[in-house]
Parts: sequence; C-alpha cells; structure tokens
Amino acid sequence: MVAPALRVMEVHARGYRRTWRSNVVTTFLNPVLFLLAMGMGLGTLVDRGGGPAALAGGDYLAFLAPGLLAATAMQTAAGDASFPVMAGMKWMKTYHAALATPVSARDLAHGLLAWTTVRLLMTTAVFTIVMAIFGALSLPRGLLAILPATLTGMAFAAPIAAYASGLENDYGLSSMFRFVIVPLFLFSGTFFPIGQLPDWIEPLAYLTPSWHGVELTRATALGTAPAWPAAVHVAYLVLWLAVGTVAVGRGFSRRLVR
Amino acid sequence: MSDPLAPGPGAGHLVAEPAVIEARGLVKRFGDLTAVDGVDFAVAPGEAFGFLGPNGAGKSSTMRMIGAVSPVTAGHLRVLGRDPATEGDVIRARLGVVPQEDTLDTELTVEENLLIYGRYFDLPRAVIRERTDELLAFVQLTDRRRSRVEPLSGGMKRRLTIARSLINQPELLLLDEPTTGLDPQARHLVWDRLYRLKQRGVTLVVTTHYMDEAEQLCDRLVVMDQARIVAEGSPRELIAAHVSREVLELRFSPDEQQEAVARLDGLAKRVEPLPDRVLVYTDDADRAAAEVTERGLLPTSVVVRRATLEDVFLRLTGRSLVE
Repeated sequence: MVAPALRVMEVHARGYRRTWRSNVVTTFLNPVLFLLAMGMGLGTLVDRGGGPAALAGGDYLAFLAPGLLAATAMQTAAGDASFPVMAGMKWMKTYHAALATPVSARDLAHGLLAWTTVRLLMTTAVFTIVMAIFGALSLPRGLLAILPATLTGMAFAAPIAAYASGLENDYGLSSMFRFVIVPLFLFSGTFFPIGQLPDWIEPLAYLTPSWHGVELTRATALGTAPAWPAAVHVAYLVLWLAVGTVAVGRGFSRRLVR
Repeated sequence: MSDPLAPGPGAGHLVAEPAVIEARGLVKRFGDLTAVDGVDFAVAPGEAFGFLGPNGAGKSSTMRMIGAVSPVTAGHLRVLGRDPATEGDVIRARLGVVPQEDTLDTELTVEENLLIYGRYFDLPRAVIRERTDELLAFVQLTDRRRSRVEPLSGGMKRRLTIARSLINQPELLLLDEPTTGLDPQARHLVWDRLYRLKQRGVTLVVTTHYMDEAEQLCDRLVVMDQARIVAEGSPRELIAAHVSREVLELRFSPDEQQEAVARLDGLAKRVEPLPDRVLVYTDDADRAAAEVTERGLLPTSVVVRRATLEDVFLRLTGRSLVE
C-alpha cells in the first residue's frame, strides 16, 4: 500500500521519463550559458577591478555559481509547479481522470510538490556537478548546497502551484515569469550583492524567499557565514513552503471538487 | 485470472445488497443554479441504467455525485452501500468512470496511460501489465499499444478511455455520454463492448442524449429534464405509457400544414404538429395512413415508424432531445 500522494508523485516521474528531453535545454543549458557569460566573461573584468574586496575575498565565479544554483532551482520550480497544473486542470484534464480513482485533490497537490522536490534534488545535483567541472564550485562542499537550493525552489513551488490552481488560462503564468521570476532571478543577490542596490530597494529583497535562498546556498557552498543567521534564512523559506503547501491543497480542492 | 473483465472479488457482496446505487431527494446546487433538483432512483446489480435528457438536464451532475467526485448538496445517496461524503475513496476504488471528455495524457503512450491509471489504484505493475494485454485486446487497440495518444482518432481515444476505466475491474461502470462525437461505426463498436461487459455482470450507468443509445444499452432508464426526473421505466414501458406503439409522420407544404392538421382531427389518440411535420400517434400507422388518403389529404411525404424514446421526450417536455 503506497500513500496516494506518493502514487501521484510516481505518475509524475513516469511522465518525466518520457518528456525530460524536451526541457533539458532550459534546465541545464541556460544556467551553464549564464555561468560562462557572467562568470567567466564578465567575471574576469570584475576580478581585475575592485571585485574581490566587495565579494568578501573570493573571485566572481565562486560568488556567482552558488547564487545561480539557487536561482536555477527557483526557476525550475516555477516551471514545474505551474504549467503541469494548467495541463492537469484544463489542457489535458488528467487531474479530473485521477480524481475518479481513490486519489483526492489534496493528494494531487501534495504529490506534485513531492515530485517537484525530487526533480529539484536531481536538477541541482546535476548542475552542481557541471559547475564543479567548470571549476566554479568545489566538491564535496558544493554538493551540500543542493539542499538549501532545493528548499529555495520549494519555497516557490508550493505558492506558485496554489496560484496556478486558481487561473483560468496561462496568461497569468506568463505575467508571473515576466514580472516576478525574472526580476527575482536578477536582483536577489545572484549576480551581485544586494548592497549594490539603491538603499530603498534593499529591504524589499529581504522579503523575497529568493534572497534568503541565495544567501543560504552561497554560504553553504563557500563555507562562509550567511548575511543573517542560517536558522532565520531556513525558517523564512520553510514558512513560504508551509503556507504554500496549505494553500495548494485548498486551491486544488476548491478548483477540482465541485 | 480466468476472466479479467469481470468485476473483482468485491462483486460478491452485491448479492446481499439491495441496490448498487440508491438516491432519494438528491440535490446539487452550484451557487444559485440548481443542477439536480430532488431526484430519486435506484440501480440494481447487473443492470444497465440510463439517464436520458438534453444537455443541461442534470445528468452529468448526477453522475459526478455517484462517482464520489462532486459533493451532494442535499438528499440521500449510497453507492455500493457506502456514503460518498465519508467513503469516497473506497467507492472510487470499486468504480470505473468514462467521463464525457477524454482525460487521457496525450503525451504518453496507450499503455503508459493504463499504467499510470492503474498506479492511482495502487495496483502492482505486474497486474497492470497483465490486464493491459487483455483490455487492449478487448477494445481492439493491441496494435496501438506503443503509440502516443495524441494522434489517435476520437473513436480510439474513447475505447482507450473505456479500457482505462476497467483497469481496476470495477463492479460499477459510469459512462457519461460514451459515444457523443463518434461516427456510427465507432459507436457500434463501443456499444458492443459495453454489452459484453454487461453480460459479464458489470453494472452500467449511462447518460446520453441519444435515444437510440438509450434503447440499445439500457434495461431501464429515467428521463431527465430541467434538473428533475420526468419519467422512469424500460424503453418499452416508457413508450407504452407515454406514446403509442407506432407513429405516422406526415409532411405538408408549409402553407398547407395548418389546414391539414385541422382535418386530421379524430384520426388518432394524439396528433402533434411540429414546425416541419405532423406526428400522428397511433397503434396502427398503416391504417391511419390509409385514412389520411381517404380524407382527401395529400401529404408530400408519409413515413410509418415505431415510436421511440424521442417521442416520449417530446410528449413529456414538448421539446426534442437534441436541439
């Protein structure tokens, strides 16, 4: 007897086995391109200037790599927690098929989150190894960073899946990527410390789970102290995940059980 | 496994159970809209039971309540002896559902669709694989086993949906408009498979707005209109109770119809003028046709046919089933 949510997770995994090739480009190629362009191209300039001092002594590539890991986890989670929800509810209506079995709407929601967690662990692990090959991360410490990066992704996956479950079409998703995910990708301390931001914007960054995630992941990968106590970063990410998990269960039930 | 399509071991309990489905005063409301307004019915084990009615009559809402996916607003409902409100998952484990729209995963193959569906029921993979062989043979999709679902024809998708609904060897199969949108050949194939399932003891509940489907499939049916049940019985009983055995259909040129109808007075039990033709309900349509001629009327066309459920519906509601 396997818990229904885990069966849902298994079904996602089976689907992924068939479709992973089509999203391997966005999952891996894009971050690697960022790493090459920013880390190695731009990084050379940064390191020649006053960079190392502002980056607490390290070189730019080492600063960038863990940030990119956390930001990639966020982006992957945003994609995995949104479009499949639209497909399940509207495009293919596979969620409706699942509901005719002993599986409940809550099981569907929690199974999706469980699968997203597994997928983030796999994605961040592969990305970490790729970055280590480029010399951007040092192993084995870099592998530890998989955990905070995955937590960062989940802090987004849960609320985003809840949001997606309330949408009638995918315009809301395009807007989310354009106006939320992309700005967070750029301005959460991934590419430069948020201290470089105008003073009035800086506190806004503290509100985003992505800044906490980037800080935590970077500190883990580099073995340095994060901006705030690690427990605070973790707690803030867990809060988003917990609230999102409750919301997604309710969202799925409200939408699917009528 | 001797007969993979027969209901699972739970079916034995049915002997002791008076009804597979029992509904009394069943109500479904969505906000201000009352989709189902206090309906009563019972379905016996092994029966093929139908809900006949036009779109929006409340058939699908009733089906979704029976399927334990839509909460009952008011009234009493028991499915397989259990309350959908508290034991929905137990009920669903023993049900097969063929929804109105195909809900297949079109990115996956035919067999993968059966596999993931079987996993939702927590069936072991070996069992699913074995049943997949048998079910695909049953719906004549064996040679499509490894095809992706997306390019399949509507009839094939429908058959796959039926195969999928049987993966858990259900005792009760719910079919919401199983052949809507299919061509005649595909419809007959679906009907044939459903008939075989019935022969094996599966209880069938079907909604349809096709009277020929209801006549083909159903031992007993209820006619629904505007959220209520307006008649109940076997197709034959309904015809006998509400209309005559035969119908004479007469067409006149449009400007002559009104006058002609006046002259048909007293010809039969009932004369029903429609916009494009006149229906004469009689037990002997040939006799009535002869009398039409004797009265000196010259219709442009004369058709003698048996009365159908369409006539019953028209009689009860004044409207056609398919509008």
